[in-house]
Amino acid sequence: MSQVTEYSEKVMDHFTNPRNVGEIEDASGVGTVGNAKCGDIMRMYLDIDENHIVREAKFKTFGCGAAVATSSMATELVKGKSVEEALKVTNKAVMEALDGLPPVKVHCSLLAEQAIHAALWDYAEKNGIVIEGLTPPVNDIDETEEFYQMQGE
Amino acid sequence: MSQRIYMDNAATTRVRPEVFEEMKAYFTEEYGNPSSAYTFAGKISQKVEDARELIAKSIGATAREIYFTGGGSESDNWAIKGVADAMKEKGNHIITSKIEHHAVLHTCEFLEKHGFEVTYLDVDENGFVSPEDVKNAIRPETVLISIMFANNEIGTIEPIAEIGKIAHEAGVYFHTDAVQAFGHVPINVDELNIDMLSASGHKLGGPKGIGLLYIRKGVKISNLIHGGAQERGKRGGTTNVAGVMGFAKAVELANKEMEENIAYESKLRDRLIEGIEKEIPYARINGDRKTRLSNNVNACFRFVEGESLLIMLDQKGICASSGSACTSGSLDPSHVLLAIGLPHEIAHGSVRLTLSAETTEEDVDYTIKALKEIVDRLRSMSPLYEDFVKKNN
Repeated sequence: MSQVTEYSEKVMDHFTNPRNVGEIEDASGVGTVGNAKCGDIMRMYLDIDENHIVREAKFKTFGCGAAVATSSMATELVKGKSVEEALKVTNKAVMEALDGLPPVKVHCSLLAEQAIHAALWDYAEKNGIVIEGLTPPVNDIDETEEFYQMQGE
Repeated sequence: MSQRIYMDNAATTRVRPEVFEEMKAYFTEEYGNPSSAYTFAGKISQKVEDARELIAKSIGATAREIYFTGGGSESDNWAIKGVADAMKEKGNHIITSKIEHHAVLHTCEFLEKHGFEVTYLDVDENGFVSPEDVKNAIRPETVLISIMFANNEIGTIEPIAEIGKIAHEAGVYFHTDAVQAFGHVPINVDELNIDMLSASGHKLGGPKGIGLLYIRKGVKISNLIHGGAQERGKRGGTTNVAGVMGFAKAVELANKEMEENIAYESKLRDRLIEGIEKEIPYARINGDRKTRLSNNVNACFRFVEGESLLIMLDQKGICASSGSACTSGSLDPSHVLLAIGLPHEIAHGSVRLTLSAETTEEDVDYTIKALKEIVDRLRSMSPLYEDFVKKNN
């Protein structure tokens, strides 16, 4: 299977020139989702102002082309939105904005949706507020450190 | 894209011009069916038999022990299912390893559904199967041991002679999937105690769609394709004449140039390995350093994912492959990298670069530079790298 030929032009564009890569210092909310086993880990940073508007969104992703592209698109979609609106950015919306994904890559868009939710959850916790419809994120285990410790690094 | 650097010769190779030249006439001039009665066809039949002879000699076999097939996967399937079927009175146990090609593994899994028992041997951190483990796994009902000659992902060359000796001492057939090794390393089936060997034409400058199974005289194996009398009735179907002729030419050239190619490719391989180790931190070379195919480099880059790496290499004109799950369509990374003990996340960040006699030093240097840039870029985007840096500061 050739990756490049199965991705839409938009996916390739967001992979090659990802928007909003990086970190936000003292972010209002940070969420990390994914699973080292499946090879995708996304971290999303949100800067949310006092009116609950997402001023800025940044991301870092370990993953395939689709994982990078969906992260990039997700940050674009939540920017400028209210917390409630950001919560409604679904994986379907991310996928549609990218002109679709190959079937085996649909899970990447789900991860992007979860990354938004995880960052919003962090924001809600830090500020002691409840965002209706938001459920706590699931964290995965990292087996890598153990491996390198075993090797004496 | 101005240039293409082909570093995926373990996937397939360019058909050599001499091979293509040799094949041409069998499409347009010498198109007769070698099974036909007239002189026109008989001449072609003779050519096919000469080709069989040439290939047989290259591995110390006789022509009657070489059976042409449609490729390596077919040969693997035939060897395993054919022996399992023919020997089912004796027993139902097969020994293989965890790092075999899927043509072997999935065939074994198929047999497990039909009442066979399969032992999948572990390998060590360099990918070696232990002959001692093979010995200990043998049971009275063991009918076949199938261990690959050289691994297609990490290039490690297995202790074939020793495993073959153990098999023979126990009276068990020994099959080896030599798809990556055939034409690349010297092979003598008698010296190495091999009973069956799978090979494929397109891994050594020959055409796709032609392969062979060497079957030692006396080995009991069921016929694969019931039909005509081709391949001594074991594998019916009109002979792929052009394929056979191209395959034989590729074998002839490969054997003539083997020593020279091994020396040339090893030098480039080591240049590439050393370059990666020198230029890119947190890289890990997979497979044994010395006992490995002369054209294989397999590396993991921590904190980055293989598919992203491949796409970026592609954008720089470099063709490579990866053991990343994303390139296989499943969620699991390469079974070979997991078998040598790598955690999933590291295995996801692997890249395989396989060279040929056409690869140049400039290609290697360009690839090292490209890899460095790409890995740096992907790490700058990686949350795993971010965590690592913060933790170590």
